Amino acid sequence: MADDQILRLEKLRVETITGRVLVDDVDVTLKRGEILGLIGESGAGKSTIGLASMAYARAGMRITGGTITLAGTELRASTALYRRNSRGKSIAYIAQSAAASFNPGMTLMDQVCEAPVTHGVMGRAEAEVYARKLFRTLQLPSPDTIGARYPHQVSGGQLQRVMAAMAMSCRPDVIVLDEPTTALDVTTQIEVLALLRDLIAEFGTAGLYITHDLAVVAQIAHRIMVLRHGKLVECGETRQILEAPRTEYCRALVNERREAEHLVLSVPDKVAQPVLRVTGVTAGYGAGATAKGAIAVVKGASFDLARGETLAIVGESGSGKSTMARIVTGLLPRWSGTIELDGKALPPALAQRPKEVLRRLQMVHQMPDTALNPRQSLAEIIGRPVALFFGKSRAEVRVRVLELLKLVGLPEDFADRRPGQLSGGQKQRVCIARALAAEPEVIICDEPTSALDPLVAEEVLKLLKGLQDRLGLAYVFITHDLGTVRRIAHRTAVMLKGEIIAQGPTAEIFAPPFHPYTEKLISSVPEMHTTWLDEVLARRGGTAGLVAGAADRPADPATAAHLAAADPAAVAEAERLAAEQLLAEGRGATALDDLQVEVRNLKGMLEI
Amino acid sequence: MTLFGHKLPVTALLGLFIIVLNIAVAVAGPYLAPYGETQVVGGGWDPASAATWFGTDQIGRDMFTRLIYGARMTIGIAFVTTILSFAIGISTGLLAAVTGRWVDTLLSRAVDVVLSIPLLIWALMILNVLGQSLFSLVLTIGCLDSTRVFRLARALGIGLVSLDFVEVARMRGEGLGWVMRREILPNAAAPLMSEFGLRFCFNFLFIAALSFLGLGVPLPYADWGGMVKDNVGGISFGLPAALYPAAAIALLTVGINLVVDWFLSIDARPSGAQAEM
Repeated sequence: MADDQILRLEKLRVETITGRVLVDDVDVTLKRGEILGLIGESGAGKSTIGLASMAYARAGMRITGGTITLAGTELRASTALYRRNSRGKSIAYIAQSAAASFNPGMTLMDQVCEAPVTHGVMGRAEAEVYARKLFRTLQLPSPDTIGARYPHQVSGGQLQRVMAAMAMSCRPDVIVLDEPTTALDVTTQIEVLALLRDLIAEFGTAGLYITHDLAVVAQIAHRIMVLRHGKLVECGETRQILEAPRTEYCRALVNERREAEHLVLSVPDKVAQPVLRVTGVTAGYGAGATAKGAIAVVKGASFDLARGETLAIVGESGSGKSTMARIVTGLLPRWSGTIELDGKALPPALAQRPKEVLRRLQMVHQMPDTALNPRQSLAEIIGRPVALFFGKSRAEVRVRVLELLKLVGLPEDFADRRPGQLSGGQKQRVCIARALAAEPEVIICDEPTSALDPLVAEEVLKLLKGLQDRLGLAYVFITHDLGTVRRIAHRTAVMLKGEIIAQGPTAEIFAPPFHPYTEKLISSVPEMHTTWLDEVLARRGGTAGLVAGAADRPADPATAAHLAAADPAAVAEAERLAAEQLLAEGRGATALDDLQVEVRNLKGMLEI
Repeated sequence: MTLFGHKLPVTALLGLFIIVLNIAVAVAGPYLAPYGETQVVGGGWDPASAATWFGTDQIGRDMFTRLIYGARMTIGIAFVTTILSFAIGISTGLLAAVTGRWVDTLLSRAVDVVLSIPLLIWALMILNVLGQSLFSLVLTIGCLDSTRVFRLARALGIGLVSLDFVEVARMRGEGLGWVMRREILPNAAAPLMSEFGLRFCFNFLFIAALSFLGLGVPLPYADWGGMVKDNVGGISFGLPAALYPAAAIALLTVGINLVVDWFLSIDARPSGAQAEM
């Protein structure tokens, strides 16, 4: 075809209504069937470009210059009706947060069929048949009936897949994927990523894949475009960007994960009295252990934390990590077990704890946006603990606030700003300063970097590490990012379904022999080379039965089933049984190879 | 023209002008009025003349004078009532949101009981028991209206209580008062402000309705609703007397709503088709 460029943006310019430039003279071209990765930190204009390719601007923004050509038609010059017709029909959008993008009051089928019926592409009956086909392609459980469910009745990963089905429902030429896997945890991310890639390849759709994670985009994109502050930094073939980046910024991005030094820390003397000791703690939601309908989220967890030490708690979402933090801080009273701070037992509930305990135990939250009151100045936010715990005068508080701002690396004149005027990383620094204001001994960090861009997260980690060295703080560091763990934690505890299944010095946890679940977590972290996804899928083919909780959700087809030719269910079931047996025997990771061979043989038999 | 750093559209300017005019009339009433509030200056329902601009009412009092005094009474009562209802509604609403559990259940069910019977019926019942006085009128409407404010404050509060900064304040050992006043109230202020404008209108109309039914502002004070009721008989004779206070009510209601609309639109930004090009 002469014009195989399906989408072309030229000299695109997007501004806010107040005149701030968000996207500055960016050119994007997309060929049929090609996937272009758009990457950059938040505020780089990735999503804005994604939406602009549909000639759409978010509230408060305007497309002020450039041309947007979709399949040979310039969208900006065409009528509003034409644009409306092309959206969803020839260009579709998959948003980051599937949960927020569905109408909670409509069934999934109604929502998936809406676009084709409205656009007159298909009749309702035909659209439903097609939707079921898509559900099947996307390996949703019970594809024939899942459409009758409501969004809250399926999991986040499944919802993201339904959203992909929705986007594909009109067989669009271009699909814009705006961080489709960011809200998912690593193990689910792999499944969704593989399915999206297959889906796009199968339908010959062109894709614009937006993400901040270079390793993710490396698995799926043909070309990568790196953006910063609304400007193009570098654009090239995926392999070239990863292996021979031309600009300084790209090198920093690529090296962020690759060269992250794995901290080899001397584990502090365990003979010393631990500052925080958690013994056999069980807790959950419901009135109490004996109450009807009570569900224990954390079961019999124990760990010690020494002064100046970092203990990382890792696990996928739903494993009880954050609940653990809520139990220790007393937000969620424990049902049984003991928690000791410096040898003294802590009451279960927050209200019963003396002020001194509250001071010594501080917390840094995951989302700095919601952890800071938008109506208070930084001086008020940081100054309040100083005034409350130490009863200082107004002038003394002010001095201390300026000190703390300096300590976390923020300029002193920020004191009178409000959180809305800060970036994500700066907000997280304020949260840290607020925790430090109480002069605590233990800080519980609940995923403090997972809402931040990689380079910013790196800075925050360095800050936390530096503060620990200077002030002798002890951290309980909750995270699902294993890269982070290796950089900051002295010791690591791995959680699975509310139980701590492995615990020890970080170096030992991350060295063979692994606990099988740890191995799965480790292998789920995307790596910076283009073949990682294929490799891990091939490996997973043999170990899919080890998907956490596979036994709990038998309706959820294992990834391996996708590879099987004949009877997917039988293969998955066989794998699951084999894996269960393996776990029961506790043979560990070394036995996984044997299992792989077994499964491969099984599959071979099925194919014949 | 700008106000609080926001550009004022023509409609809001008009609304603001109406409100300021009404308040000025209310404040300066006795100086503006040509006659005394209860002074009889002519016969019943005299037509408009140079001496009585809007004619006289059913017993010969000057309509223009009564309108000016009526502004004072009507706006004053509506304002005091709305403040009272917001004070009660916000404090109980936020208390229910922050405390949760049985306090919330107790307060919410009590409010449901009040809401299950139309406000006007409640007001008629209570005022019949308490007797007709300004104090009982303000207290009754304030308390009844606070149930509406309670629903809003509680809903806003529940949305905010689950945010991390409230959790942080609790972990710091802050008291209930601090959490309600310093952490939650400032973040709920914008919607509450616009609700204040709307509720002021409703209270204003409610008093007019009560006066019309004969249970509002006691005689012989002038108030717009009462004036409509007193003069409504004239309409069957083609006399316009009842229309003047009715028009005053309509004008102020429209004025307040114009300003409230502007309040609500400040945070709303252009989106969709408006923002495209």
